[in-house]
Amino acid sequence: MTDLETFRLQTRAWLEDHAPASLRDAAESRGPGGFWGGRRAKDAPADERRWLEVMAERGWTAPTWPKAYGGGGLSAAEARVVDEERRRLQMPPPLVGFGLKMIGPTLLRFGTEAQKQEHIPKIVRGEIRWCQGYSEPGSGSDLASLQTRAVLEEGEYVINGQKVWTSYADQSDWIFCLVRTDPAAKKQAGITFILFDMDQPGITVRPIPLISGASPFCEVFFENARARPENVIHEVNAGWTVAKALLQHERAWIGELFAGSVAGAREELVGLAREYLGAPEGPIPDALTRDAITRVAMEEDAFLLTLERAAQLTRAAGGRPGPESSVLKTAGTELNQERCALAVQLAGPQALGWEGPGFTDRELTLARTWLRSRGNTIEGGTTEIQLNIIAKHVLGLPD
Amino acid sequence: MQLIRSETEAMLATSARKFFTVNSPLERVRALRDARDETGFSRELWAQMAELGWTGMLVPEEHEGMGMGMSELCVVLEEAGRALAPEPFLSTVLLSAQLIARAGTDEQKDRWLASVARGEATLALAHHERGARHARARVETTAARGEDGRWRVSGRKAQVEDGHVADALLVTARSAGAVDDPGGLCLFLVDREAPGVSVTRQRRVDERNIAIVELRDVELGDDALVGPAGAAASALEPVLDRATIGLCAEMLGSMTRAFEDTVAYLKERKQFGVPIGTFQALKHRAARLFMGLTLARSVVMAAARAADDDDASAEHVAAMASLCKARCSDCFLHVANEGVQLFGGVGMTDEYDIGLFLKRARVAEQTLGDAAWHRDRWARLIGF
Ligand SMILES: Cc1cc2nc3c(=O)[nH]c(=O)nc-3n(C[C@H](O)[C@H](O)[C@H](O)COP(=O)(O)OP(=O)(O)OC[C@H]3O[C@@H](n4cnc5c(N)ncnc54)[C@H](O)[C@@H]3O)c2cc1C
Repeated sequence: MTDLETFRLQTRAWLEDHAPASLRDAAESRGPGGFWGGRRAKDAPADERRWLEVMAERGWTAPTWPKAYGGGGLSAAEARVVDEERRRLQMPPPLVGFGLKMIGPTLLRFGTEAQKQEHIPKIVRGEIRWCQGYSEPGSGSDLASLQTRAVLEEGEYVINGQKVWTSYADQSDWIFCLVRTDPAAKKQAGITFILFDMDQPGITVRPIPLISGASPFCEVFFENARARPENVIHEVNAGWTVAKALLQHERAWIGELFAGSVAGAREELVGLAREYLGAPEGPIPDALTRDAITRVAMEEDAFLLTLERAAQLTRAAGGRPGPESSVLKTAGTELNQERCALAVQLAGPQALGWEGPGFTDRELTLARTWLRSRGNTIEGGTTEIQLNIIAKHVLGLPD
Repeated sequence: MQLIRSETEAMLATSARKFFTVNSPLERVRALRDARDETGFSRELWAQMAELGWTGMLVPEEHEGMGMGMSELCVVLEEAGRALAPEPFLSTVLLSAQLIARAGTDEQKDRWLASVARGEATLALAHHERGARHARARVETTAARGEDGRWRVSGRKAQVEDGHVADALLVTARSAGAVDDPGGLCLFLVDREAPGVSVTRQRRVDERNIAIVELRDVELGDDALVGPAGAAASALEPVLDRATIGLCAEMLGSMTRAFEDTVAYLKERKQFGVPIGTFQALKHRAARLFMGLTLARSVVMAAARAADDDDASAEHVAAMASLCKARCSDCFLHVANEGVQLFGGVGMTDEYDIGLFLKRARVAEQTLGDAAWHRDRWARLIGF
């Protein structure tokens, strides 16, 4: 038996012993993508907290991160085995979020030893939930024009300004934030990447309702908020480099997330067609509808294969996603939009309910999910910006 | 499933790229066309490819082949596609030799497989008939068994790839069943010079070599049968699926080349005092093409791996072939259409290469089933 096979059997046995039975088969049902952790998660169901605890103890919330910072110290192949065995038990990931997927990998690359010691173990254990303070009212796609100011006064940074569209700011403990530290410099050159605690008097958070009825994102106002200089990542005024590297992790993650939400498109759409077009079995009788489903379902397969191929390429190249992550982001988000729109079409008028009687619970999710999906091609950098990135950084087309 | 190339595959790709770059510039394709060359491809190059082992990649070792898989062959086919090389990979290597290897008698294998691997014999599958469109079982050619126990085959096959030079033809003919019935099909090995066989060269937009094969009471014994009489459909299906995957690899090479040439032109051509590649409307179109190519590459890779996987069911390989061909048909045409548009006026001239790719894209789209046909088949295989 190879080492990897032995590892698989050990992992399987350990998971069988430690995965709370109440969470099995729950892979889909709780929270967006899983458990987000953080100080405010103390009231979360005991089984979710327990699952996080046992996995974090082995570093298996971040299986490939170094043991020195609480990670699992596993090879990519071993991490894959852990992931596969977890899925086999239909367990949700023990922890998801901006810490594991965005700021963590960025700190591993750019952080000092002290910064890694300070922040990474808390990310691995899900103690701190992070949010992303990039966008501002005047600075979205043109992120580098951001205006939030940070001034060093008596050994602390004092921050004033406003962020917007900050996802889950109302539930997060810390923020990784882009601030302007040199207003005189060229716009990319005056930006600093800094971390600070959200629980302080100078910060006000206001949730923004979305067209889908949810309000996962917020406006964040800074009035003399404070941050310590030791939480500047990389150099002062060199934050743009860090910001861009983090965005590649973000896009790769959005790709992965879509693998989760996209997988199963075929089953969902065929199921809807059978139910609402009255075709309980056999070929779906309406040729146009059947072809529309086929196109989305084939796109799903091609996308999932591409995601897997990209992961293999990234591993072969040493672990960092490149500008190609923009392909995954764009393809995955558009696919999700097509799927959600087609789901609405298949259910027809029954997909139009907002709340109340006359609609099943399932039907009431269809329009909201479709509405939310429209944001997929905006968040994490719009599709137009992704196409700019592909054109410039992958194809080398001139400015 | 490994979706990236192994080290050996990467090395093979490098040497194949070099081979085609040196030996098969696009001028060669043009020259063959303009000279109305009788063979329509280069027998010398074919012999060299045989020496490199490419013609025998799928041929078992006991017949002097390499006994390799679709994954390796697809690497070579992709490079052939970049060069639009007209050598008889599809007709001889992917279709005919595979039919013989899978369904033929020992005598048939001994007679043909080593010869294909050595690059000596070319073979052609005479299956398609005018009016069949993409229906795989639609065969009007008849095979009647006389009281003397001999078969007499009559019918007319169209667009037979490399039929004009093939040493032998694999002919499908119906001994029973209605015209669309997969049951009742026979497969015969027929000498191209046999009495009653006449071959007429056809010309197609891509200038690949095709022919009409007319059969008039061609008399054959049971020893000409490849596989049992009436059961040819089950021999054909897996071979057509694998050939489809191989064709997709070739298409992937062609579309990648057409795309690269287009991007190079965007950087070089100036209007309004700047390279046209600075215009965002064009950048975004190029980026979209790149996305399409990225997804196409994934499915071609996965389909080739599926074809090599002994544990994969025939239905799975068939579904992967359809997934791949539907996408590659659309993607190649999209790349070529956009290519002509982005080249502007010169894109419409015979002098520029992009037109060669557009023509090939249209032919390849129609070969072995178009996108709509494969989408329908895929859905059926999946069960909806
Ligand atoms: C659900 C959701 C969650 C989000 N979460 C966060 C978060 O947690 N943290 C955070 O910092 N931000 C977050 N964002 C913000 C997101 O990153 C921005 O909305 C996005 O970058 C676009 O910026 P904008 O909204 O200002 O649009 P604009 O930049 O004003 O864009 C408007 C339109 O112009 C187009 N456009 C702009 N520039 C160009 C160009 N150069 N070429 C071509 N077209 C162009 C855009 O593509 C778009 O179509 C979130 C957004 C959404 C929808």
